[in-house]
Amino acid sequence: MTTLKISGLHASVAGKTILNGIDLEVSSGQVHAVMGPNGAGKSTLSAVVMGKPGYHVSAGSVMLDDLDLLAMPTWQRAQAGLHLVMQYPTEVPGVAVVDVLTEAFTARGKSVEGIRSELSAEAARIHFDESFLARSLNVDLSGGEKKRNETLQLAMLRPKIAILDELDSGLDIDALRDCSRRVEDATNEDGLGVLVITHYSRLLKELKPDVVHILVKGRIVTSGGPELVDVLERDGYAAFEGDIPDDSASALDDLFGMPPSRN
Amino acid sequence: MPSFTPEAVRNLHEADTDLRLAALERFAAAPSPTPQEELWRYSRIAELAIDTYTPGAMATTVTGAESVLSADPPDESDELDLFADLNRAFSSLIHLRVPRGRVLDTPVVITHTLTTDGSACFPRLIIDAGEDSEITVIERFVSTNDVHGIVVPVLRVVAGQASRVKYLSVNELGSQVWQIANQQAVGERDSNTLLSTVALGGDYARVRTHARLVGQGASTRQVALYFADGTQTHDFRTTQEHIAPKTSSDLLFKGAVNDSSRSVYTGLIKIGPEARGTVAFQTNRNLTLSDGAWAESVPNLEIETNDVKCSHASTVGPIDEEQRFYLESRGIQPDIAERLVVLGFFDEVLAQLPVGIMAGELRQRISDKLHTAVVPAKATSAVSA
Repeated sequence: MTTLKISGLHASVAGKTILNGIDLEVSSGQVHAVMGPNGAGKSTLSAVVMGKPGYHVSAGSVMLDDLDLLAMPTWQRAQAGLHLVMQYPTEVPGVAVVDVLTEAFTARGKSVEGIRSELSAEAARIHFDESFLARSLNVDLSGGEKKRNETLQLAMLRPKIAILDELDSGLDIDALRDCSRRVEDATNEDGLGVLVITHYSRLLKELKPDVVHILVKGRIVTSGGPELVDVLERDGYAAFEGDIPDDSASALDDLFGMPPSRN
Repeated sequence: MPSFTPEAVRNLHEADTDLRLAALERFAAAPSPTPQEELWRYSRIAELAIDTYTPGAMATTVTGAESVLSADPPDESDELDLFADLNRAFSSLIHLRVPRGRVLDTPVVITHTLTTDGSACFPRLIIDAGEDSEITVIERFVSTNDVHGIVVPVLRVVAGQASRVKYLSVNELGSQVWQIANQQAVGERDSNTLLSTVALGGDYARVRTHARLVGQGASTRQVALYFADGTQTHDFRTTQEHIAPKTSSDLLFKGAVNDSSRSVYTGLIKIGPEARGTVAFQTNRNLTLSDGAWAESVPNLEIETNDVKCSHASTVGPIDEEQRFYLESRGIQPDIAERLVVLGFFDEVLAQLPVGIMAGELRQRISDKLHTAVVPAKATSAVSA
């Protein structure tokens, strides 16, 4: 049993405070959803927890069991069992996913024997074209292929806790379903704990959350069961924004408008 | 005391003495180059005391050339600069003449090894490719780190009508060796020339390349991979000169500098008034892997006709932070992540080298160089522990 515990987390980017005290706890086998409008701090949360450069933590802690993640470099956080599925996976020319996973296994002291057959099997499982395995990471991949590639790495690396940052952005329904099912299987089979960060509710129809948190202006304003998604769908983020009415119109548009296509 | 005298020429070479002595006179009459001249800008030419070296020869092996080795005197035009003249005076010549229509299935491999400490060596390679012929040549320059010296190679390529010439030079010289190389290529009608360079070694290593497209429909491709560390300097100067119509040239030079090393790329696309319908591209990309390293990129265009398609691009910068973060977020240590990114960066050039078999070996050499240069030994051992 592993628990990711975020306590009183305050963080800023370029002098601007984005996170105003986040408290969250995700344990093995659980799926927590953090939902919020644009600018709420969703991506900042995932970046700070993974240790992306350029973010300043002014207060709070992030613990993985008894490990102080904030004191560790990114690669050590990953080796400790944390994984980030990125909203916009970076293109790395000349580096194939098989190279990355070979180094990632080696770095963990894991044998790379059989890695190719395991990779082929995982690729087939989420309908990721096997020819992409030897191609440059994320270069010339469609939005759906990029997220399948991200999910593939999640499946291969078997983390304890995964943060899915807007897994659904730029994703067609088939890819969304393939990726969600693979994450769900990891939750059921390997006890993966999941923190899924999203703007829209459609992902949560595929990947059923146990707990839903609403993030507004860098704070979690309310938490509840899956029924919170229905409330949000009915009332929009405006209902949770209280004294910030000027953002509500755009938040409603974002919530019910078409997701942006990135293909 | 001068080392490069007529007596030295006579002592080393019995043949072509007059031509050699004439070249030596041109060398002696030329003003000493200085970094104030555009041609030697950013170079380390001011450090060179040529007379501290003694004229000599490298140990050279040649394979795969039996059927095309020629003893005929080459028909040569003017030299590019005074070092090419000095080469002509003291050169050890390999002349490859490929008869019309001949296709060489296996590459010619030439390996020059600098063995005598303090020597100046002048390998000269001439590739005459007859009409519709095909040849691939790999020329390696090798020495150990305990030998000091200077290598002044000259390459001359004449790609005859519709011929295909592929050339790769590999600089694996030791850390106390200078290199000042001159390459000239002439492309006749519908010929296809690939000039590729991999530079890993040397103290100061310069390659100047002048590719001239003189026949309609001729094309050249120039690629280079260079990676300096320690206090090395890699210096490249290229000219893509389009003289005939409908000619094309494409250049991709990618380099990395680490520690306190330096690199310079100066490139010129020159399109003459007759070169209508010409296509010319030039791309130079540089990675600076440490704060003390320095890379300069100077692209130039000189176009005298309207009907051309031409572009150039150059970049100098550190490893992309996003790429580094992406790989580190998979649990890969920073040094390994950097190695992956650098090898990936060079992959585009490695894939275009004329010989697939060497790509794996070169990849390994680059990787080894990254290990010795960047990775503190403890970082790697800490992970496997």
